Amino acid sequence: MVKINGTEQPLEGQTLAAYLHGAGYDVTRIAVEKNGVIVPKDRYEETILEAGDSLEVVSFVGGG
Amino acid sequence: MRQALKERQGEALQAKLETACVAVCGLGGLGSGIAVMLARAGVGRLILIDFDTVDVTNLHRQQYKANQVGLYKTEALAHNLKEIAPYLTIETHTEKITPDNAVALLQGAEVICEALDQAQQKAMLANAVLEKLPGAYFVAASGMAGLGPANHIRTRRISDHFYLCGDTVSDVDSGMGLVAPRVMLCAAHQALAALRILARPLNITNIMED
Repeated sequence: MVKINGTEQPLEGQTLAAYLHGAGYDVTRIAVEKNGVIVPKDRYEETILEAGDSLEVVSFVGGG
Repeated sequence: MRQALKERQGEALQAKLETACVAVCGLGGLGSGIAVMLARAGVGRLILIDFDTVDVTNLHRQQYKANQVGLYKTEALAHNLKEIAPYLTIETHTEKITPDNAVALLQGAEVICEALDQAQQKAMLANAVLEKLPGAYFVAASGMAGLGPANHIRTRRISDHFYLCGDTVSDVDSGMGLVAPRVMLCAAHQALAALRILARPLNITNIMED
């Protein structure tokens, strides 16, 4: 299982890019941390989710 | 003033804050509020970054005055902060933050407060800081528009160097715009997060459970 924003999901083997696309995220508005470390945007395609990974996908909304 | 701060906040904390540097990226309702609070608390050095000028539509929530409409926000805020805290060191940059200039602008800041307006800009800065300035603490904001409950605004620690303030959902582009008290609440969360991060090495009792 992969923990995403606190919820366990069976996503082992998927790329991060595929997960984000499937979940409907706009990649221009997000920052992703995997196991406490930022994932650079140009590595979303090559990052493969593994059992035990913990992801935080922060999706920003406007206003400041 | 230094003596007054020492008496209020304790010598150890005041000494720590005096030598601290915090960057504020974007000087709208969040950023101008964060800067005022950090200046009052005695943070020694602030880096203020914004490309824009004060507009009459800003005055309902931002820390500017009617006679400052048309001035660069960097200049106007530096002036207002100097009136509050004359001993404060201020570095201003009147330009737009990009992935290319972020490191040069933000180098030296222990805490970087994200107070930009657009969601894409917020995400850009988060990625740039967390990738390129791994030693800095990043305190971002997302979700403070409208008249939702005050208690939905909160601070969450995403990872060791990444804090997120706001309710995460109240988008300025859907529904009501920004209203002063809720923006100031979120700014207060960010300013407090910055102070708590700076105070952490002092092990002051009861302040570091989050």
